[in-house]
Amino acid sequence: MSGGARAFALHGGLIVLLFVLQFVLPAYHHGNLARIMVLASYAVGYNILFGYTGLLSLGHALFFAAGMYGMGLGIQHLGLTPAPALLLGLVAGAVVSGGLALLALRTTGVAFMIVTLMFAQAGYLTILYFGEYTRGDEGFVIQQAQRVLWGIDLSDAGNRYFAALILFGTCLMASLWLVRVPFGKVLVAIRENEERVRMLGYDIFVHKLAAMIISGTIAAAAGASYGLLFGYAGASFASVQYSIFPLLWVLLGGAGTVLGPFIGTLFMFYLIDLSSGVTTAYMLIAGVALVLLTLFAPQGLMGELRRRVWRGLP
Amino acid sequence: MTLLTTRGLSKHFAGLCAVEGVNFDLPQGEVRALIGPNGAGKTTLVSMICGRIAPSGGQVIFEGRDITALPAHKRIMLGMAYTFQITSVFAGLSVGENVALAARRRLKGADVGLAVDDALARVGLLDRKAQEAGDLSYGHQRLLEIAMGLAQSPRLLILDEPTQGLAEGEIAEFKALIRELAGKTTILLIEHNMSVVMELADRITVLNFGEILAEGTPDEIHANGEVQTAYLGNG
Repeated sequence: MSGGARAFALHGGLIVLLFVLQFVLPAYHHGNLARIMVLASYAVGYNILFGYTGLLSLGHALFFAAGMYGMGLGIQHLGLTPAPALLLGLVAGAVVSGGLALLALRTTGVAFMIVTLMFAQAGYLTILYFGEYTRGDEGFVIQQAQRVLWGIDLSDAGNRYFAALILFGTCLMASLWLVRVPFGKVLVAIRENEERVRMLGYDIFVHKLAAMIISGTIAAAAGASYGLLFGYAGASFASVQYSIFPLLWVLLGGAGTVLGPFIGTLFMFYLIDLSSGVTTAYMLIAGVALVLLTLFAPQGLMGELRRRVWRGLP
Repeated sequence: MTLLTTRGLSKHFAGLCAVEGVNFDLPQGEVRALIGPNGAGKTTLVSMICGRIAPSGGQVIFEGRDITALPAHKRIMLGMAYTFQITSVFAGLSVGENVALAARRRLKGADVGLAVDDALARVGLLDRKAQEAGDLSYGHQRLLEIAMGLAQSPRLLILDEPTQGLAEGEIAEFKALIRELAGKTTILLIEHNMSVVMELADRITVLNFGEILAEGTPDEIHANGEVQTAYLGNG
């Protein structure tokens, strides 16, 4: 089997597995997995900028929240139905990430991290400032009646799982496709050696701008879906914590691998879930596990797999 | 026809004159060597020509067009290629992908693969196509740099110390490669190895303290007393 066919089989296989799992999982894990798939979609978006282009953003919560509030405010204040509301969330994410990219891409390295972090904080404070519309920290619930998409009630667990799977499958396959086409290969080359790419005649700025808009729009799709599927939008999703999460998930799962974001999200979710059942000091267990992984698998779980087993893993 | 011209090209780094008022003409199809002692400003001069650094003053004219204000990537698209003095391949990517990145800027689809194989075959690296570039020996990485330059099929190929670190046999192959390109591609070669310079160059430009000291055929330069003192030594 060629590398391309193997990669397609592996990633397609995961989607099939997730599809089958919904019929056998107990309700608790069924709900968890739906949530993990939406969050993993967020991580997939983050990975395109961080893992493949080599740009470390500390402000992706801004894009996640742009999607969530674009969708949520559309339903709450404009009386939109879910489909146009989701679209509004995507557009909000694309516009916000494009706007931030134009400013932040004038910097590199640590300055880029700080600029993205500061703008995300400004976004968070903006949500609090307009508490009259956003209900600030408290957030607002999206009622069951407002969550019916084309006659499908997304508050139903089965429908929700299926919607999350469609979102995740789309993001995963889009990500796999992206890194195999010439554009994606240029992104990887920028990560490896930006100056050399420039001297091969590629416009670095345009490629980074596109990468950031794609990454931000996927993050927004995840944010909008999260709000719609779980019926809530709140300012905590715009906080710095939600910028750090995707970084952690991607690092754990393996930056610059297509599957890494999902594996990292799954691992971290259940690490916290299981350890909190054992002790109230569960963050200590999570912390120790993270330190161990960083020490012994610095390229993340899938990165380690690529190093040891399958060198061509995308 | 003149392919490349510079007029009064200068670069000052915080008061230090690296390059000062260089007027340089490179006719189409010529192999030109740029020589001079370390710190003479050779790399600075070609970096201003290909747009890696902005000049403090002066003009760069390529095919009759003033390109002084163009960013590097647009100059490359006009038909320049630059190979780095310090090896700068994509260490984490395969040898083939390194060359493909260079070729894809002008080609699409199946043509890319053909151009990659052709460029790799010319430098003798075709059998290492699938290997990771970072695993190549230093000499092979230099050859890969040259292959990336070839794959761009440039009108002006700028080679910054291409034979540095190459073994004797590889230098001989490099000479043969340049002779094959000569006439079709205009080549600007920064080089310290005098046998390479004397055998390959149609003309030689000598740079010293950021200024052009002499210009002429290899024989003229060899006989030039000033050049002898500044660079070649009196021995």
